[in-house]
Amino acid sequence: MLKRVHFPTSALPYLLVAPQILITLVFFIWPASQAMYQSFLIEDAFGLGTEFVWFENFEILWSDSHYLASFQRTAVFSLLVAGLSMGVALLLAGFAQRVVRGAMFYRTLLIWPYAVAPVLAGALWVFMFNPTLGIFPYFLEFAGITWNHYLNGNQAMALVILAAAWKQVAYNFLFYLAAMQSIPNSVIEAAAIDGAGPARRFWTIIFPLISPTTFFLLVINMVYAFFETFGIIHAVTQGGPGTSTTILVYKVFNDGFVGLDLGGSAAQSVVLMVLVIAMTVVQFRFVERKVAY
Amino acid sequence: MPIKSMLCASAVLAVAGSTAFAETEIQWWHAMGGTNGERVNKIAADFNATQDDYKVVPVYKGNYTETMTAAIAAFRAKEHPQIVQVFEVGTATMMAAKGAIYPVEKLMNDAGEPFDGDAFLPAVVSYYETPEGELLSMPFNSSTPVLWYNKDALDAAGAAVPTTWDEVKTASQKLVDNGMKCGVSFGWQSWVMIENFSAWHNLPTGTKENGFAGFDTELTFNNAQVAARLDDVASMGKDGLFVYGGRRGDSLPMFTNGECGMWMNSSAYYGSISSQAQFEFGQSMLPLDTSIADAPQNSIIGGATLWVLEGHDEAEYKGTAKFLTYLSSPEVQSWWHQETGYVPITTAAYELSKEQGFYDSNPGTDTAIKQLSLNTPTANSRGLRYGNFVQVRDVINEELEALWGGEKTAQDALDAAVSRGNDLLRRFERTANPS
Repeated sequence: MLKRVHFPTSALPYLLVAPQILITLVFFIWPASQAMYQSFLIEDAFGLGTEFVWFENFEILWSDSHYLASFQRTAVFSLLVAGLSMGVALLLAGFAQRVVRGAMFYRTLLIWPYAVAPVLAGALWVFMFNPTLGIFPYFLEFAGITWNHYLNGNQAMALVILAAAWKQVAYNFLFYLAAMQSIPNSVIEAAAIDGAGPARRFWTIIFPLISPTTFFLLVINMVYAFFETFGIIHAVTQGGPGTSTTILVYKVFNDGFVGLDLGGSAAQSVVLMVLVIAMTVVQFRFVERKVAY
Repeated sequence: MPIKSMLCASAVLAVAGSTAFAETEIQWWHAMGGTNGERVNKIAADFNATQDDYKVVPVYKGNYTETMTAAIAAFRAKEHPQIVQVFEVGTATMMAAKGAIYPVEKLMNDAGEPFDGDAFLPAVVSYYETPEGELLSMPFNSSTPVLWYNKDALDAAGAAVPTTWDEVKTASQKLVDNGMKCGVSFGWQSWVMIENFSAWHNLPTGTKENGFAGFDTELTFNNAQVAARLDDVASMGKDGLFVYGGRRGDSLPMFTNGECGMWMNSSAYYGSISSQAQFEFGQSMLPLDTSIADAPQNSIIGGATLWVLEGHDEAEYKGTAKFLTYLSSPEVQSWWHQETGYVPITTAAYELSKEQGFYDSNPGTDTAIKQLSLNTPTANSRGLRYGNFVQVRDVINEELEALWGGEKTAQDALDAAVSRGNDLLRRFERTANPS
């Protein structure tokens, strides 16, 4: 007779997931619902006068042409930041993987930028590209390029993309390196014996094998570009010239923490939250199919 | 250095903790970084040395905006300081926060400190008074935009120090012809090129006496005179006579490096310029647009004042009042003025600086105060009081950058700035008077 396998209900599984649920509640659900509530209010800075306005903050946003224009700018910004930082990280990881002598030294150097706070990273780039004091405009002048990111929106955009991507390269590098090191050497050696060169080995063996990492990094980098870059933008361009570097998250930061418009800023962060959730869903539904685990 | 200073700080804290029962501590949040921060610390330390009852603790909280937001956040969390330094564009926000601020004049009277509103310069205090004439915050560091010039460069180019915009153009042309990268530049463009340009030529920037006479104001600085001036500056930009160098003080290096011969910005850059410039420099009055006015009116102030926040006990307010008396004494104010380039806020401090011969040995350093007290302020030149003005200035920055970048004409840029600014004013009105 077959014995029925039976798991008695116990509190243990609930206990085990409790910390995770608690953390999610405290650090995500609670602040998110606060933001939702705040987005229905128009409030003065000190919190002395509050008016409940339902969806008015959102209506104001949709009728603001500057806000709508900011979506496209954000898309360009986040795609380029993610693409650039992942591309460079992949390249560097590929090289670092092959280095035998002093590997630790190179790796340490490449991981360093991650320890720099975004505002400091921004300040660094501001100095390097300052039209008057910076070293890069000096060199660019030899190439016949006049650099003034205070006036030229495209240059300003290029600068914040560079700064934001640079900051993220270290993180991506770390993951790519770990992923590459987990590929069995025998596979690559076998390919090498069969006569595949380094480039071919990379594209046909290494790259497909690290696709889960690439997918993971894509999600992480998009979230980074969407949520964590306001410090860099604040330090480098303050959203200018004009509104050419005012991406969505910078507008949230600026309206909320500089302009003290908490209701409007909360409404924007709700929009941003919905956007990122949607983006993540899309990535998991469609991009993930191309990933081989 | 960090570890050492942390040890020092904790040692100070330990000492402060052990004597806390004897001394009442007064927190002073401010936005003065660098050398000005050291000067603020000195003022506090000097005050603390004069008596044993109170101890003023200055805390640097970042730039003006950051300091103000930090104080407001702290207020909402009921952890706020007694004194906070707020820049002039935050005035309307602070004023509207009834129940959060303790008017300075009332504080002085309640604490029994001698206080005379007439001792202060009219151009300075009028910015911070209620319509009834009650002073709301204590003037501390006030400045006004002046024309900084590179004397060596002007001499070399054979140009005189300009007094009108036409002369600015001629001088810029001569400087550029003589090999300079640009003739003129400026920072804080909303403050310099719109707010002060309007006051200087007795033009309104908005209705209701620039906001002094009520909340329901409309911005009106998109008039033909301002537009014509800005168009002209933009065309100077196309000819390379004017180079835009960013918001706030970002363009300072262009002046101190000798790329631009003239620079319009706050008189409070005196300290920075004198420590960085390798050439002979001077400051003179803002140029006049002779097509608008025959003579200048007066310029308006910038900088910051000290606001006292509600919610502390009587002893702390007594100490605060004593400290504010000390702070506005002629000795402290004239020292602060001479060190920083900020305006002396009291007539007595101005007189003392004169007596000490400061202006004789540093010609031009009284330009700011002369500009401010050139004439009795009119409704157009008393100052500005618009709500959400930090954001309005952001909007102005954005629109002016579109103008310098050649994307818009001056009229289009100003119209857009006014209409976006008015939306922000309407929004402010609602929270200031919740229905």
